[in-house]
Amino acid sequence: MLGMAPRLLAWMQRPSASSQVFHIRRSVGQVRGGYGVTERARSQNDRLHRQVVTENTVSRHAALFLDSVSGSRSVRVITYGTGILFFLVIVFVPPVFGILLGWPKILEMLSYPDLMTRAGSAIAASFAIAVPVSLLDLAAGLPLAWFIVRSKSAWVSTIDTLANIPFIVPTVALGYSVLTFWGSDQGLGGLLGPQFILSPGWQMIVLLHFAFSYPVIVRVMVGALQGYKEVYEIAARTLGASAFTAVRTVSLPLLKPSLIAAFLLAFARSLSETGATIMVAGTFENGPVFIRNARVAGLESPLIFVSFVLIVTSSLFFIAVRFLAPRMGLPISKVIPGLETQLSSKHSVRLRNLLTFLAFILVVITPSLFVVLPGVDAVADGTLQSMVSGSGIWATYWQAVGLSYLIALVATGLNMMMGLPVSILIARARGGKLIAGILDTLVNIPIVVPSIALGVSIAVFWADITYIPEFWLLVFAHSSITYTYFVRSMIAGVESIPSEVEDVARTLGARPLAVFRRLTLPLSKYALLAGAIMAFTRSVDETGATLAVAKKLTTAPVLMVDWVRGTIPASASAIGLGLALLVLTSFVSLLVLTVASRRM
Amino acid sequence: MTSLTSITLVDVTKTFARVRAIDRISLEIRDGEYVCVLGPTGSGKTTLLRLIAGLTSPTSGDIKLDGKSVTYVRPEDRNAAYVPQQYALFPHMTVRENVAFGPLARGFTSEESLQKADEILRIVRLAHRAGSSPHELSGGMQQRVALARGLAAGASLLLLDEPLGAIDARLRVMLRYEIRRLAKEVAVTVIHVTHDQQEAMSIADRIAVLREGTLAQFGPPSEIYTSPESPFLANFVGGANFLEGTVVEKKPETTLVEVAEGFRIAGPASAHLVGDAVVASFRRERTSILTSANLEENVVPGKLVSTSLLGVFLRCSVDLGRAGTIVAKVPLREAIEQGLPDLVGEAVCVSTNRDAVIIFTRPKRPLAVELEAL
Repeated sequence: MLGMAPRLLAWMQRPSASSQVFHIRRSVGQVRGGYGVTERARSQNDRLHRQVVTENTVSRHAALFLDSVSGSRSVRVITYGTGILFFLVIVFVPPVFGILLGWPKILEMLSYPDLMTRAGSAIAASFAIAVPVSLLDLAAGLPLAWFIVRSKSAWVSTIDTLANIPFIVPTVALGYSVLTFWGSDQGLGGLLGPQFILSPGWQMIVLLHFAFSYPVIVRVMVGALQGYKEVYEIAARTLGASAFTAVRTVSLPLLKPSLIAAFLLAFARSLSETGATIMVAGTFENGPVFIRNARVAGLESPLIFVSFVLIVTSSLFFIAVRFLAPRMGLPISKVIPGLETQLSSKHSVRLRNLLTFLAFILVVITPSLFVVLPGVDAVADGTLQSMVSGSGIWATYWQAVGLSYLIALVATGLNMMMGLPVSILIARARGGKLIAGILDTLVNIPIVVPSIALGVSIAVFWADITYIPEFWLLVFAHSSITYTYFVRSMIAGVESIPSEVEDVARTLGARPLAVFRRLTLPLSKYALLAGAIMAFTRSVDETGATLAVAKKLTTAPVLMVDWVRGTIPASASAIGLGLALLVLTSFVSLLVLTVASRRM
Repeated sequence: MTSLTSITLVDVTKTFARVRAIDRISLEIRDGEYVCVLGPTGSGKTTLLRLIAGLTSPTSGDIKLDGKSVTYVRPEDRNAAYVPQQYALFPHMTVRENVAFGPLARGFTSEESLQKADEILRIVRLAHRAGSSPHELSGGMQQRVALARGLAAGASLLLLDEPLGAIDARLRVMLRYEIRRLAKEVAVTVIHVTHDQQEAMSIADRIAVLREGTLAQFGPPSEIYTSPESPFLANFVGGANFLEGTVVEKKPETTLVEVAEGFRIAGPASAHLVGDAVVASFRRERTSILTSANLEENVVPGKLVSTSLLGVFLRCSVDLGRAGTIVAKVPLREAIEQGLPDLVGEAVCVSTNRDAVIIFTRPKRPLAVELEAL
């Protein structure tokens, strides 16, 4: 005990003048309690606690007040409650169950057998396109993802960037681009001869959906492969498996959850896409095109009927895959050594890469970038001038663009405010594992349901409440469609923070709101930003739900559909320029995200 | 009035999905005490810590700090800083900001908080790293930051969960004394959870041994070593030889236990009656090996099966036939003088002192299961 004072002094070699708290005088403390704690040490500790709050600024006290209030149970209940209420009343119930209010109309449909057959084949077409296209995408996208993650080639980063292009290009622009590439003499036909020009129809829908689902698959699989430990594969190789066998029997089964997720995302995207599909559909009808045609024709009951069926079947399909697919095994019990060794050979790998790149460039990249061509013409023929001056069709164009961004801004803001508590509730299982688990599944539903059906459902739900302005109905629809993107991103962000960090902060004296303000939010700000930008771009891009909900208002993508279909006459260069601006803003948003994420 | 904290647990039980993680624990920790909670993995140590920190609430029972019930008091109002295994330093803040977090959260101005952080960083000798990011520091430094952060928050009670678990074995031994010294110098009560019995023995004022969620024994290290209350404790803390048998004779100073036919162990006087099923236990380091047979008390013939070197001890396994195998830890110098490494396979005698023997009531479960560290 006696040796302690000098040690203490040695620890505090040069106490600063201001350091009152731990200023030690040369004295040997009295032992008390028998545990080696001196009176001196005790009084030191006492002083540490007794400092007074002196600084006095309004904002600090406001923050402290809010922090202290956040400790109370009722405040927490209100915060989480508001979040859940918003989710149920705005995001979830109207788009999914609103359609049930149109029940009489659904029944009415049963008395039109010819319309029924047409509706039935449209719905069947939706699935008949979405399922094989997603599988094809998986087959074509996986080798590219593999190449991006594993190859040491100098081209990796270029290809990685290129693979994002169909993501960056808004789907309506993509639709027009695909239409020009496959279906006009400016594209493939101009190069190979008119007999190669495709006319709009189901083949073009397949090509379009293949192109825009492709980056989803590549992104999900690149993420999964980066997180996957190659060591399993290496172990398999040292145990005698060829590269192909190792991947097939070890890596793919381990990556199965990601494969399923990638498939489901691509599937949902294909099932839901409306704007671009309308552009390339011609006389062919899948679910969303049928709904649109019915709406244009002013037929209510087929519209509601098909929406209802699409909501039910897509939800069921999603739930079925989600619960059944993880239980299905991949066939790994048999190995054909000779064949699989051959497939692992350098030549096979080269051939595979070649095919992958060919498909990628011919079917994905080139058709996606074709929108640039008419845009270039526009600069030359004076369309740019009339666009800037806002004359003719451009007056409505600028209104539509303004409205699109305003809706996107409001919907994203609402989702951020209301989605945050729900994200934390799910990520941290506040309020019990059961509630969190249920919410976790429900939150996914809005992106599974085809957006035009979702819009119809929302329109039916709010139809009788006439005092809600159309603008707000559109905001609600867009909130619903983009909610999942924001919340999913935020859940992942919060889950990546060890919950211990938050626990420790509590024991250090931080109230729940202070923990959120100073730890949870700063540590997940990238996820917040990513989620917000995804929600924003998705909203600007949204066609289906807007078509279904809007009566007088027109957003930019809806206007573009009208231009391309010729409902509103517009020149090719006008269309090109109008779409190019949308591409540009989408590109800028993603650039902001990339730059911001690097600076964080 | 002192700001150190005493802790009282009254019949605390915590149940997770019908499993009792903590089963009716009552204990009292005095203010300023350095207590190690020792137990194998899954014995409920971390749960106990989280209960005291207020991060979970007990299913039943009462937790008091300084005599006041805090069972339903929120963690931020307890002045008990929790330091988890990987320290959970806030990655987006500098070392200084990490340490200033507590004072800021408690309403001090940022100037005062940073000043306080600097003072405490000086105490833990990290003032020169104040501007670093936590991930730039070594494990030992990170641990000191975590302690400083707890102290700066005004904690009078530090709850350390395996504070040395993430540190290299060699450094670990050095650092454990440093934690204790720091705790004593700044005067805080400490609960230090560990599964390393040597660590607990060397730094604790008292050790609470947990097993399957119950408090097996609570006392100073010497008491736990010399008078373990169960075979499990004797085995888990220090290790020992165990021979199952029956009390066959009682004398004023001696209890005789027959562990195999014609093979008796003499222990000190005990409360057991003749005919009781018991376990006779004695420390390995109090077991010696005799190379020449004599017929004294507690000298048994056997065969030296194997030896291995344990630092300053030679570990010798001796096969006693039906009575089982005995392990003796013989000081290396003695062992070499006796020539033990060359006697593997030969007949030797093992011997222990009567006073070294502890007689336990035989547990209900088979001995091997009972001793198993869980």
